[in-house]
Amino acid sequence: MSTDKVITAEQLTKRFGDFTAVDAISFNVYKGEIFGFLGANGAGKTTAMRMLSGLSMPTSGKASVAGFDVYKENEKIKQNIGYMSQKFSLYEDLTVKENIRFYAGIYGKSDQFIKEKTSVVLEQLHLTAEGNKLVKSLPLGWKQKLAFSVAIFHEPQIVFLDEPTGGVDPVTRREFWNMIYLAAEAGITVFVTTHYMDEAEYCNRVSIMVDGRIDALDTPEKLKKTYGVATMDDVFLKLARKAVRSAD
Amino acid sequence: MFILLGMPVVQIIIFGFALTNEVKNSKIAILDPSKDAATTSLIAQMEASRYFEVDQVIHSAEEIEPIFKKGKIKLAVIFPANFNEDLQHFNKAQVQLIADASDPNVANTLTNYATAVIMDYQNRITNDKKLPYTINTEMRMLYNPELKGAYNFVPGVMAMVLLLVCTMMTAITIVREKEMGTMEIMLVSPMKPFRIVIAKAVPYLLLSSVNIASILLLSVFVLDVPINGSLVLLVFESLLFTLVSLALGLLISSRAESQQTAMFISLVALFLPTVMLSGFMFPVENMPLPLRTVSNIVPAKWYYSIVKSVMIKGIGLHAVWKETLILIGMLVFFLGLAIKNFKIRLA
Repeated sequence: MSTDKVITAEQLTKRFGDFTAVDAISFNVYKGEIFGFLGANGAGKTTAMRMLSGLSMPTSGKASVAGFDVYKENEKIKQNIGYMSQKFSLYEDLTVKENIRFYAGIYGKSDQFIKEKTSVVLEQLHLTAEGNKLVKSLPLGWKQKLAFSVAIFHEPQIVFLDEPTGGVDPVTRREFWNMIYLAAEAGITVFVTTHYMDEAEYCNRVSIMVDGRIDALDTPEKLKKTYGVATMDDVFLKLARKAVRSAD
Repeated sequence: MFILLGMPVVQIIIFGFALTNEVKNSKIAILDPSKDAATTSLIAQMEASRYFEVDQVIHSAEEIEPIFKKGKIKLAVIFPANFNEDLQHFNKAQVQLIADASDPNVANTLTNYATAVIMDYQNRITNDKKLPYTINTEMRMLYNPELKGAYNFVPGVMAMVLLLVCTMMTAITIVREKEMGTMEIMLVSPMKPFRIVIAKAVPYLLLSSVNIASILLLSVFVLDVPINGSLVLLVFESLLFTLVSLALGLLISSRAESQQTAMFISLVALFLPTVMLSGFMFPVENMPLPLRTVSNIVPAKWYYSIVKSVMIKGIGLHAVWKETLILIGMLVFFLGLAIKNFKIRLA
């Protein structure tokens, strides 16, 4: 793992009126790292992620993503990131290939590039035969894997995954994580939020948000040692119980 | 809850009081060259009825056409030069009624009222005398001599179709993207939000152009409704109205979170007022003041009045510049608001 920082946040804060959704969080994410971003519902994960991906302006603090400032250079950030939201977000009434072409087109990729890479991606997903089928005819697990492939199709530096495995069976989740590992090996930094603590174990480093603050940040092994427990589940419960804010 | 309890109250009030086909206090013009006892008392009687209000007294036949084009009056009552003398000597006289029949229902009602008032006067003066007096009324329906309903509903349908296609469909498609989560993906992509919005609006602009063309072709060749004014102006005004509707659609989509909400807002906030308050079904002039005020913010009201002026009455931009400016103002306002809302969501 390299020591190049691809994401840095310093005292990053977001307030909505009186409510402080994200309270002065600071952290670094390194290149090629799988960074797990954990927290109970309403802890501020999605808000933090939206600030980093340029969807939302921070109230105060500093942050840079892929070397670009979130305040001033958010157009450049957008060129260098991929994003997959918890809502499954492909066009159901377009075919698999049409979806790929559409999203790659948004990122300004050339027809040649799209054509070549589409066949590679479909082969990886074992979807070559289904290329011209409508997305709505695919099972959920495949759709989610396809959505991930689409999110990294334009070869971004960083990919943000917001609860990517919600509602998926354990086998597909394992396959999904294999894809994440492949992407990380290819040098893409993965920033992922999740509710599944077994997934947290797969991450290189994990941060746990409670009430808008980052209460813990380390490798899963060290976190377990620090809190003197056997699993990430226990680490999470120990921290999350302190939460004052109720879940939404 | 408010909707459940408030809806019946509002509807009863609107339908019961405001939306009547009855015509009250219509502005009329009088041409009375004879100014004798008979005409004076007849005019007084017309004014005394709650149906008419003398807006202006004109002095020559040439003035009739221009004041109708201005759209201020609905009916003109023309007396001959020697009304009383005719009546006294021949027991017979003539009155001409000219009505603005670009709204055939109102024209019909008004001429009926006027004839009734005149008949009433005729019977009253006849009572005093032995020989019966006859006052003949001659009617002319300006712009629409055959009193065809199509003259009225073609402009109304145009307003409705454009509003429906542009506003509702734009709102729904954008909200659909939000629901599916694809909007979020596009917003994190390097695509400019402005371009997304334009890309969403263009298909409906094209679709509306086709709709305008087909409505106009059908009305000219099938319903025999003429386009008396400039076609270029008509098309220009229609495109302007289309843009206003698109802007409204964008505004709704930036507020609504689900397709149902978008549809509901489009229907309640736009479709119903357009049908009821644009003057298409019920004459706006007769509504109570609060509703008349509300009708001013309904874009379709202005568009409807423009189309009627240009298409049926055949008048040019000089007569509809006020309405045009109002539409442009609305366009700027709604578009500005929509873009602002869109940005707030990104902030």
